[in-house]
Amino acid sequence: MQTTDVAPTVAALPSVREASRLRDILIHPLVLRIVSFAAVLGLWEYAGRIPLSAAFPTFLETLVGLRDIAADGSLGKAFLITLKPLLIGLSVSVVLGVGLGVLMGLHRPSEWLIAPIFIIAQAAPLAALIPVLTFAYGIGLTAKVLTVCIMAMPVIVLNTLGAVRNTPQSLLEMARSFLASRSQSIRHVILPSASPMIFSGLRLGSAAAFIGVILAELLITPTGIGDIISYNQSVADYPKMYAAILSIIVFAVLFIELLERIEVSLFRPEKRP
Amino acid sequence: MSVSHIAPAGTAAPPPAAGTAPRAIVEVRNVTKTYAGGVEALSGISLEFPEGRLTTLLGPSGCGKTTLLKIIAGLIPASGGQVLVDGREVKGPGQERSFVFQDFALMPWASVLRNVAFGLELRGVARSEREAVAERHIARVGLKGFEHKYPHELSGGMRQRVGLARALAVDSKVVMMDEPFSAVDEQTRRKFQEELLELVAKEGKTFLFVTHSIEEAVYVSDRIVLLSRRPSRVSAIIEPKIVRGDDPEKIRRDSAYLDAVEDIWQQLKRYLD
Amino acid sequence: MVIAGYQLPMMAALIVWAVLWEIVGHTEAGFILPPLSAIIVRVFEIVPTPSFGEALLITGRAFFSGNAIAILVGIPLGILMGRSVIADRLLLPWVNLFLSAPLSALVPVIMVIFGLGETTIILTVVLFAMWIIVLNTRAGVKAISPSLVEMARSFGANEWQAFTRIYIWAALPEILAGIRLGVIRAVKGVIIGQLLVSVVGFGTLFEVYQSHFLMEHFWALLLVLFAFAFILNELMARLEKHFGYFAASR
Repeated sequence: MQTTDVAPTVAALPSVREASRLRDILIHPLVLRIVSFAAVLGLWEYAGRIPLSAAFPTFLETLVGLRDIAADGSLGKAFLITLKPLLIGLSVSVVLGVGLGVLMGLHRPSEWLIAPIFIIAQAAPLAALIPVLTFAYGIGLTAKVLTVCIMAMPVIVLNTLGAVRNTPQSLLEMARSFLASRSQSIRHVILPSASPMIFSGLRLGSAAAFIGVILAELLITPTGIGDIISYNQSVADYPKMYAAILSIIVFAVLFIELLERIEVSLFRPEKRP
Repeated sequence: MSVSHIAPAGTAAPPPAAGTAPRAIVEVRNVTKTYAGGVEALSGISLEFPEGRLTTLLGPSGCGKTTLLKIIAGLIPASGGQVLVDGREVKGPGQERSFVFQDFALMPWASVLRNVAFGLELRGVARSEREAVAERHIARVGLKGFEHKYPHELSGGMRQRVGLARALAVDSKVVMMDEPFSAVDEQTRRKFQEELLELVAKEGKTFLFVTHSIEEAVYVSDRIVLLSRRPSRVSAIIEPKIVRGDDPEKIRRDSAYLDAVEDIWQQLKRYLD
Repeated sequence: MVIAGYQLPMMAALIVWAVLWEIVGHTEAGFILPPLSAIIVRVFEIVPTPSFGEALLITGRAFFSGNAIAILVGIPLGILMGRSVIADRLLLPWVNLFLSAPLSALVPVIMVIFGLGETTIILTVVLFAMWIIVLNTRAGVKAISPSLVEMARSFGANEWQAFTRIYIWAALPEILAGIRLGVIRAVKGVIIGQLLVSVVGFGTLFEVYQSHFLMEHFWALLLVLFAFAFILNELMARLEKHFGYFAASR
């Protein structure tokens, strides 16, 4: 955009410049983001007021519902309950998944043996295993943790495998030319080079883990956030049901955003401001 | 960039022992290389590389000059024949050789300082000591002040200076350079060539250089090995009788330089389709 | 893996796992995980039944309509975002949000609005498949080399010609990759939708088998579904390679 201080020679110029400055402000990312959110929330509010459906509360009603469940403490409690299988399952998936991925990346026979399972798991609708898990482990925490694991692990494993396998050939040769031992190559070149992609696997795994934990809470037994959703669905208290859904979605998105920040600050010097 | 003037070093006065012919520090004996698919890259190459000189491998693209260099470096095994460095047979990479990579092979997660100190780090040299050595070589290639930058913050030319400093920091007898200037722009390239002459004159190391540029080869080399098309053989060895005065620019106008370029071009022309 | 100079195919390892499965199936765990041989027998038993055929038809219909909607809406949206900065800034936060949001939490919303029928399943499929198609198309359009577009302009191409002759083709590899990823997500979406709705398509079968503890039937159904998903994934990858042959050479 033109911002130099050239003396206007044409009378129309200042207004042109003003218009362009106005345009600058209008397309500023922050402005557009606010506009975008306002538009969608406004649309929600409008659609709720028509109403689109008896089961579609307005945005403001949902906010009131959110205040109610937050005020009586049920939302906080529900989050604690939901986060338990999520965090246990995710930790197990990360440790086991990264471990398996690195092992396969460094050791061809293990890759031959193990990778096909995860390639199929990645493509398959593993959610269909939830009834089996319930059958085997009952309706307690174990089944929910395992649900989280089967959803989150395939992507973590395959990303880690790919990351290790995709270490640039020239970096490996470089390490060898400086007489790196196998373990030095792994520690100094392969793992640092794989870290960013492993971490993005963790991000995708976390998103899948959230899908899994909510699914488990809706399918196995209603607990935590899943309980608020199904209970309010059954008594047709839609604002509260929507409030619970909104809160878990916002939470999941912020959680994954946080992971991305960590990834940038730890592993991606090129993306740091 | 510090370009101090080079002491005049004619081809008749090699650095190690003036008057006598320098001994061959690298000997290639009847080396062949056939790739897994049956492609024959090298067909019985025998060569000697005199100590303290810069010898260039020159040939049409895809002629196997990089393959030969990497065999000497111990990065890829030969299918037949042997390579001796300092009288000992090459079985893999060794401390007496270091390598400068075409694509720089810098670790993007590590600072310039860590990249340059990498070879010493692998050898277990204490941190303060290796960083002092690295700092000296960083200054030597004109990157003082960039020690704590990351590779993505540097231009292509600066990145290759880092690669060069890394190879020099381990103080090996033989420095191998695989088309080191092919990924930098023309101006930087010329500057590099001038600096390389200075380096060869001052360091007393043996340089093995691969390029596909005739001008570059004639400009920097004491000795040029012309390789034929695949399967590659030595088709000629040329020692340009260029008087390298104190003005590196003069060389490009020297008649010996121009004759050598023309001579090599006439020989290489027949390999073109 | 190579044994004695012979290259073992990648998927041959599945034979090892199948044998292991068979062995485990004959132990106490067979109650939960019946022997593979029994399950395979069961597959041939349930596949010809009318209830399976009906479930397959309904599921297939929901799956294909959902994908069609996701593609028909997703690609234009992606191209729009790739070409217009304003549209991009307005829409990108939402696309990213839906990409990482736990969509299983949104299925109940679709259920209460659209009822427990096929529409809900179709919308679930769209919800799972669309966003990655949008994002990939956007990335593909953004990555188009400006000189390619300038080349077209220099030969006098108008906006429409540039669009049909350059943009679509240049972004094709990314678009196809997006569709493949979308289809894989759609498979998960259609199953999650049916698990939650449980009165449509395979959801009904899951419910029946589960409530009667018919583990062999249940596993047979899983085996068929997983095989379908895997074959679909392979077919999409093949298709992507075929039409995106120039992707690597750009």
